[in-house]
This record gives sequence, C-alpha cells and structure tokens, in this order.
Amino acid sequence: MGHLNKLRARFTRHYKDKFNRGRIVVGLGTCGFAAGGDQVLEAIRQETGIRNLDVDIDFTSCIGMCYKEPMVEISLPGMARVIYGDMTPDKVPALLESHIINKHLLKEWAVMQITEEGATLYENIVKMEDNPFFSKQLRTVTSRLGRTNPESISDYVATGGYLALDTALSMQRQDIIEEIKKSGLRGRGGGGFPTGMKWDFVSQAEGAKKYVVCNADEGDPGAFMDRSVLEGDPHAVLEGMAICGYAVGADEGYIYVRAEYPLAIKRLQTAIVRAEEYGLLGKNILGRGFNFKLMIKAGAGAFVCGEETALLTSIEGNRGMPRVRPPFPANRGLWGKPTNLNNVETYANVPFVINRGSDWYASMGTKKSKGSKVFCLTGKINNTGLIEVPMGISLREIIFSIGGGVQNGKKLKAVQIGGPSGGCICEEDLDLPVDYDSLSAAGAMMGSGGLVVLDETTCMVDIARFFLSFTQTESCGKCTPCREGTKRMLEILTRICSGAGKMEDLADLERLGRVMKNTALCGLGQTCANPILSTMRYFKEEYLAHIQDLFCPAGACRALLIYQIDTANCKGCGKCAKICPAGAIRGEKNTPHVIDLEKCIKCGACLTECSFEAIKNDAALSWNKRPNTRRSA
Amino acid sequence: MAEITLSINNVNITVPQGTTVLEAAGQAGVFIPTFCHDPELTNFGACRMCVVEIEGLRSLSASCVTNATEGMVVHTDSPAVQEARKTILELLLANHPLDCLTCGRSGDCRLQDYAYLYGVKTGSFEGERHSYPLEDDNPFIVRDLNKCILCGKCVRACAEIQGNSILDFAYRGFDVKVAPAMDVSLKASDCVFCGNCVAMCPVGALQEKGLRSAAPTWEVRKVKTTCPYCGTGCSFELNVKGNKVVGVTSCDGDVNGRTLCVKGRFGYGFIHHPDRLTTPLIKKNGVFKEASWEEAIKLVAQKLGRIKAKHSSDALAVLSSARCTNEENYLLQKFTRAVLGTNNIDHCARL
Amino acid sequence: MKSCHCGQNSPAQYQELLKVIDRYRHMKGSLIPLLQEAQEIFGYLPGDVMKKISTELKVPFSKTYGAATFYAQFHLQPRGRHVIRVCQGTACHVRGGAKILDAASEQLGIAENGTTEDLRYTLETVACLGACGQGPVLMVNNDTHGRLAAKDVPKILDKYK
Repeated sequence: MGHLNKLRARFTRHYKDKFNRGRIVVGLGTCGFAAGGDQVLEAIRQETGIRNLDVDIDFTSCIGMCYKEPMVEISLPGMARVIYGDMTPDKVPALLESHIINKHLLKEWAVMQITEEGATLYENIVKMEDNPFFSKQLRTVTSRLGRTNPESISDYVATGGYLALDTALSMQRQDIIEEIKKSGLRGRGGGGFPTGMKWDFVSQAEGAKKYVVCNADEGDPGAFMDRSVLEGDPHAVLEGMAICGYAVGADEGYIYVRAEYPLAIKRLQTAIVRAEEYGLLGKNILGRGFNFKLMIKAGAGAFVCGEETALLTSIEGNRGMPRVRPPFPANRGLWGKPTNLNNVETYANVPFVINRGSDWYASMGTKKSKGSKVFCLTGKINNTGLIEVPMGISLREIIFSIGGGVQNGKKLKAVQIGGPSGGCICEEDLDLPVDYDSLSAAGAMMGSGGLVVLDETTCMVDIARFFLSFTQTESCGKCTPCREGTKRMLEILTRICSGAGKMEDLADLERLGRVMKNTALCGLGQTCANPILSTMRYFKEEYLAHIQDLFCPAGACRALLIYQIDTANCKGCGKCAKICPAGAIRGEKNTPHVIDLEKCIKCGACLTECSFEAIKNDAALSWNKRPNTRRSA
Repeated sequence: MAEITLSINNVNITVPQGTTVLEAAGQAGVFIPTFCHDPELTNFGACRMCVVEIEGLRSLSASCVTNATEGMVVHTDSPAVQEARKTILELLLANHPLDCLTCGRSGDCRLQDYAYLYGVKTGSFEGERHSYPLEDDNPFIVRDLNKCILCGKCVRACAEIQGNSILDFAYRGFDVKVAPAMDVSLKASDCVFCGNCVAMCPVGALQEKGLRSAAPTWEVRKVKTTCPYCGTGCSFELNVKGNKVVGVTSCDGDVNGRTLCVKGRFGYGFIHHPDRLTTPLIKKNGVFKEASWEEAIKLVAQKLGRIKAKHSSDALAVLSSARCTNEENYLLQKFTRAVLGTNNIDHCARL
Repeated sequence: MKSCHCGQNSPAQYQELLKVIDRYRHMKGSLIPLLQEAQEIFGYLPGDVMKKISTELKVPFSKTYGAATFYAQFHLQPRGRHVIRVCQGTACHVRGGAKILDAASEQLGIAENGTTEDLRYTLETVACLGACGQGPVLMVNNDTHGRLAAKDVPKILDKYK
C-alpha cells in the first residue's frame, strides 16, 4: 500500500493547490480543436500576458457539450468553477476583464458552475448537476472528462486513480473475475457479452502466454465515445487493462487505436510513459511483482478491424480480414495465444467496479443491463455531444431532456442507433428502455453508442443507402455474401433513390439481407443489412413512394426533387435564369419565371440564388403538383 | 480417439472427434458443395457455399470450418440453406462473364455445376461487373480475373504447396483481386509456372493455355500415367483428343497428390513435336541417316567392344538419365558392370 | 544479399528507412507499423521500398503489397503536401457534407482522391472524423475545421501553401 499512498498524498496536495490560484482551463478534445479551442487558448495566453494576470492556464478534454465548444473554465480561489461556452478569441478580453479582473461572472456567456468543496457559489447561474444536459446523466466513465487534465497523471491519481489496481493486486485473481461477473458489466462495444465471463474463459484457457487487447478502433460513423474517453481519461483505460491482465494472467497488452485519432494516440502514449515512470505499469507494478507491458498499435484505416478477429489479424501484420470463429480469441487469439479483447469503455468501467464494488455497479441499470452507457448524440438534435446515462433510461428522455429536442423545431422522425450494424427506432418506440435486449427486440442494437437523430427532412431510404455505402466500402472482400451482396444492395438502393427502383427490388433487398445475416463470415456482413431491414420495417411507405410515385417524401433525394417557382413570390428578377447551368429557367423580366422540368438537373443553384424565397423544392409542393401518377405495383 | 455421434439430415453418424461437419457429411454420403475448401489446403471459410443449418444456432454455419459435436443436429438442405446457396450463386454469376459456350473449363467448372444443380438462372442482379484485361502473355497460364470467384485456393496453393507466395489478395471489398506484388502479370513476377494454382482453380479464372485452347473438356480422354521427367514418379493424366496428347492435368497421385512442376504439367510438347526422334540415326559421311534398331544397336555394340578391347573396360563410362525408371536404371548398371566390366556408372539424378 | 534500389528516393530517406527497419526487425507484427513509418519518410509507399521491407522482414512481397492495398491509410502514389479530408459521416452527411466536398473539388479542380499537379493538395473523403457535433467538418492535415458552409472552403484551403 505504501507506494501508492505516497504518490496519492503528493499528487492530491498538488491537485488541491491548483485551486488556490486563479485558473483558466480550455477544453481541448478533438471537438474543442475543431471548434477553434486552440485559437481561444492562444488568445488567452496573449491576453493574460498583456494584462500581466497572475493565473494558471491549463487544458482539459471534452466535457461532452460539443454544441457549446469551445469551452473555457475559469476559477478563482475559493469560488466555484465557471464554464463558459461558445468562446471565440475576440470574446477573450472581455471575459478575462470581467471574471478575473473585476471578479464578476459574465452571465450571458456562462453555461454553468461546478461546485468544489468549500467553494462559494455564484448566484443566478445553474450548477452543473442542475443543468438539463447533465441532470439526467450518470457519469462514471466520463466523470473526469472536462474536469481533469488528461495528460496529467497527478490529476488522475489525485482523483482516485490507480487505487483499483492497488486493490486488485491484493486480491485473488479469481475473486476479481467474480467481482466483475457480479457487477453485471457487459461488453460496451456493441455485442454486450458479459465481461466477467469472457475474463473467466481467458483465465481458464490453457497456455502460459496470454494477451490483453483493447479495441479502440472506433469506426462507426456518428460515434466518438471511445475517442472521448481516450482523450479525456486515458489512464482509466490503462488501469482497467492492467487489472484485467492481472486477473487473467497476461503480462502484455495492446491498444489498437484507429489512426484517425491522433490526439487519442498522443494522450495514450503520454499516459503509458507516465504510468511506467511511476511504477504503475511495466515491471513489478506497485512493488507487487506483477509485470504488465502495454503497447499501442495504430490502425491503418479499415473499419472491419473493429471486428475482433480482424483486429487481431491486423495486429499480427496482415490484411485485416476476419477469421472464422470458433476458435474464439479467448482460446486462440493474438499469435494463437489466449487473448482477452474488450473495448475502451468496458476497460474504463473496470476501475470503478473494483473501487466501488459490484453491488454498487449492479444497482444501476436494468435487470440484464447494468451500469451506465456512454452515447454520442448527433444529427438533427439541439444539444449534440457526449453523454453517459444509466441503462434503462428511455430514448425520449435522452433526446428531449438531455438533448434538448430536435433542431429548428422540426418533428422527430426516427433515431438511428448502433451505426451501420444498427437500426432505426421510430417515434412511437421512443419510450423503450435503453438496454441491450429491448433495442435488439426493436430491430436495432445498442451498438457502441452512436445515436443519430433524424427529422422529417431525412429520407429513410437515403439513410439506408448511406450506411450501405459505408459498409460496402469497408467490406474486406473475403466472404462472398458480403463482398458481392453489399455491392448489389447498394446498387439497388442507389437505384431507388434515383427513381429507377422496381417493386422486385424490395424483395431482393429482403432476401439479400436475410442471406447475409445467415451466411456472412463476420459481424460486419451479418449486420450490415440491419439499417435497410429496419427502415423497411418502419418506413415501408417511403420506399414505395420512391419506387411507385418517384417521390421522396422527405425531399432529400435530389434526383426525385421537383423545383418549381412560386408565382406569388417571384419578382421576375432573372437571377435564377442567369445562374441555371442547364438553361432550364425562362421568363420575361419582371414577370414570374418558369422552370422547364425536362431540362432541370436539380442542382439547386436557383434556390440558393433567389432572394425572394420563390423557388420551392419542398416535398409538399412536389407531392401535390406532380405530373406523374402513381405507377401500378 | 473419442468418437461422437451427430445427426445429418435425420440420419445418425458416428465420427472421430475433430471431424468437421463437411467431412462427416462426406462419410454419410451427403453432398455439400464447396468452392474454397480443399483437404490439401488450410481452411479459409470464405465462399460460404457449404453453409448448413445446425439446430440451436442463430445463423447458418460453414460446414468446412465447423467441428461436429456430440448430439449436433445438422440439415444440409433446409429451405434457408437452399436460399443461401442459390443467392450466393446468383451473386457470383452477377459478376461473372457468362461465356460458358467458349470457356475452356466448361464441363469442368464448379460454378457451372452448382448453377445447374440449384437451378440458378442468370440476371438476378444487374450492376457493375469487373472488366479486367485478359492475361495471356506467358506460354503456360491464362489468367482471366473476371472469372475469379476469390476462393483463394491459388493463394494458398502458392504459399502452402509451392512455398513461393507469389500470389496474395490485394485491394479490398468488391475490388479485391488475387495478384502478385505490385499487381503485375505472372510473367513479370517471380512465378515459376508450376501451375499448382491452376490445378486448384474451381472455375475458369486460371487455365492451362495449351490444353484449354486445344479441346473442350468433353472431347478429351484422360489417361493416367507417370511423369517421365524425373525419378519422383509423379502421377498425372494425359489429356488425349483423338490420338493426340493435348495437355496434362493433375490427378490424385500416390506420390505427388495433385502437385506437379512446370515440366510435368506444361512440358508435354515433345510428344508430338516434329523434331522428336522416332528412329535411331546413324551418321554416314557426316549426315545422319535413319536406321533400324537392329542396325543401331549392332553399331554401338561393335564400337563399345572395340574400345574395351583396345583400352580396357575402365576406358568406358555410362551416365544414365533421371528420366529412366528404376528398372531401366537397374538394367543399365547391370549391363555396365557385367557386360562392359566397369564400375563407371552414374546418373544425372536431377531434372 | 541484394541491395535496395531506392534510387529515385533521396539517400537520406533511404538511410532513415534502414534505421527504422532495424528498429522493427525483431518486433512481432511489425509489417504495418513499418509501412506507416516508411510512408512518413517517403510521403507514400514506393514499390522498391515495399520490396526492401519485405526482404528485410522475410515477408513475401505479395503479402506486403496485399496489406498496403488493404488499408485506406496507405498510398502507393505521391500525394499533395496538404491532405484535405472531407467528412462524409452521418452527421456531416445530413448537414450537407457533400456540398463541402463539391466546393473543395471545384476550387482545386480535382476529384475525390485526386492530387493537384503542383502536389500542393490531395482531396479525400473520410467516413467519420468523430467530430460529429461540429458537422459538417473537414480536416486539412491535422487541423479540423467545423461548422462549415460551402462558402468557407476557399479561404480555409488558401491558408495552406
């Protein structure tokens, strides 16, 4: 116990000292950078220099409110930490002047305040736990995100880090596995396999050499849970992996991170170096005789490597083509040795389970899905970002309470959950509890945690086509049904979206989907038809409208749009006719113009050009004034 | 070894533990179609043609890579299996040139056989097809990647049988093709043209250049024989059209399985070559003249006798050919020692 | 042993490659990281470099080529100094990612996966950059630019000389 206690004492003092001085912290996750957080940081550096302000400048990761990035936290000694959102470099002088120099909270830019023990609260600004975005969340894995410096091992240890590893190393290996089993933790990568059971298999597997592998090849479009956790709390993943290594009897581990996450890779590298420096990884960890070496493997751009056997094949230096299971990696994994494979979020949960006990963990969630789950809210939703909620919460609560509802007051059409392997949940089913089994029953899946909100302007056929075009590009090409089937399904969907669909296409899609589910070699192929099958199940009429009426109800499929000029609004200025690349618009000056539908290439240039909102392409107009009549089935 | 009993199409069969469902079905006399499976190669499990329904499992299983277990209940011909196999065939045919009328492998093509077996007509899926150029710039192998079904047998044959690894998969997804490094032709690669990939190819993607242009498969008679090139004694089948040898194909030889080398597989041109010697020739006045065997042997005997008498037996030496059989080699050494009276006998012992 | 014919590449690059190869020679599963480092050195993966790596690692050349063509990250042709990656993820897609791509393509006069003649830009798409809250997004080298409209594209690209 001695080693860690000493470190904790030192780091905790260091951590507390931070708040005894004025502090400015900038959110620098990938989303923070994307929103210009680095420029804000630079502006803060300059401004504090010019004004000679005696404050510390630090950075943290993404707290989850991507829609408010760039975010800046300011704290003064003895006062609560205040978080400002939507910052820009030119707001910086005013912000510092007010908050730091005049000690006056700048209310219009402030988002919330974070209470620290003994700190005085500001009036008239909501506390983080009362902010609607956070009030229904349950943050464990994400608890350090936006709160600590992810590159500082001191911050991690001061906030309870490596305590679980210390505890675990004093436990019997099997007891750790039992603890994980009792917690009810299931794989957070999408499959939902019970984690403790997997660890048990690896532990029982014969062989002296075993590996622990972390799947951080998060490739689903619309998902950035793993990235956020790696960028925001890399040590938690390392600690979880080390505990796993000890429990299953492995002394080496790999983290397979997709190459598109350079910041996550950098922070992981830093974390590993620091942890080794302080004897928390590497040889003779915490002086307990346990060795555990961790290495990072950067992916090289192949979504299929998120599939476990493909991932292992890729680490071994091959084309990332999946292998046939069984044998499962628990028995024959990396280089043929027993291998435990979990994803980022799963490992990050482990220290919490060990620290707070399996009973605490199992008290959250539903009967078969325990704990909390990180989701990414994206699409047509007001509050895009990263959230962590207890299992069993309803989608409605997530979207309307936390997510702030649909953008621009539009009507929610569906929620796409589970990415390219998942499906759509429509409005009527929003009260379903979010857990592994309910979502599967509804034709979707938990997936890794991407939640994409779709509104009435989203075409469900186009969404299915979009996902298929993704899986088709990412199919490894090994097995026949996936290689050839994704291609044909994409061709069919593209045809339907362009108005050349046939009624037989629907039966073909269903059959191809069924056969791929039945016969494809790996999960990518087996599940890639889900977005089609689920949209066909809930939105069949949209498919029929495309095929029979050559009409896209959402007005999203360009080839099916009909551009028309509203004679009431048209002033006859002629700008549209001038910009039209197809020469499809005619009309006398100062009299309403007309679009020749035969010539129109539906590029939308006229719509953008018109200053009088006279050009319409919306669904209602095309529906009512369509020249075509419904084709017979 | 422990034995297990499983049911295949409602018939119980007992097999040793470790037997795959495909092998068990074979022992039970139940046919399961395969493209990528070959008992001589490692398992690949990719074509999915051999899927079967196993009770209690959510999806179909590839029987070539699924071990039979005690009490397993297997159906090899259920509606789901039928649908899967038909669809896989349709998918393959949707990206396959349908030139069976002139294809050299017509009549000896698994894709054709299975399409017939499952009654699969063409035209189910319209869309993009590959249009790779035909590769026929070498004298031995014609490679038509448009016909390739990516079963990967050639890749494994090259790596596991020949040990050369000239071929591997390149690119990804729909664009996957089998190619030598840098996607060059076989001629530009380090290929030794053993043709073991050709012997494995279940379709017309890899064809023996001479054979397949000489006769359709149903016009050739196959005559099993032993390769004359060396003492290994590989078996193969001469493909004979009329009275002419038009090519060589692998059969299941005791010595070599289906493996052959470039000479055995492609070096049959001498058989009907106009320059081939069919009678002995004796040089008279500087010009070779045809002679009878009796004349020739008599002449050789005379000359050997003369040398022996004049310079002693040890002035003679005999070198026999690797293309002789053991029996012929035995006779030759006997002749050398007993008749010529010398131990100067050797053998080229290589090709 | 046959020496490498990295003739068209500079001797300095070649020296660096040899150093990297030595570093990875005895590491398990080193083919892909080695290809990644080689691409860092040369900007792409020339054939002779892949052949050298194969020889040194005792991996069949065809396997190296197979791996290099499997992963999207590897490039077998020279690329522009600045790589523009336009996100086509779900969130960006529904917020007009395609228009951003069109704008970039129009400005540079190259199609997707194209490289400008002066080797200044290469234009690519990417399935998802994971910055979905900021969509539509494009990335130039390692800089992410979010909440874009088509009209923003020219002035962003102009910054990269």
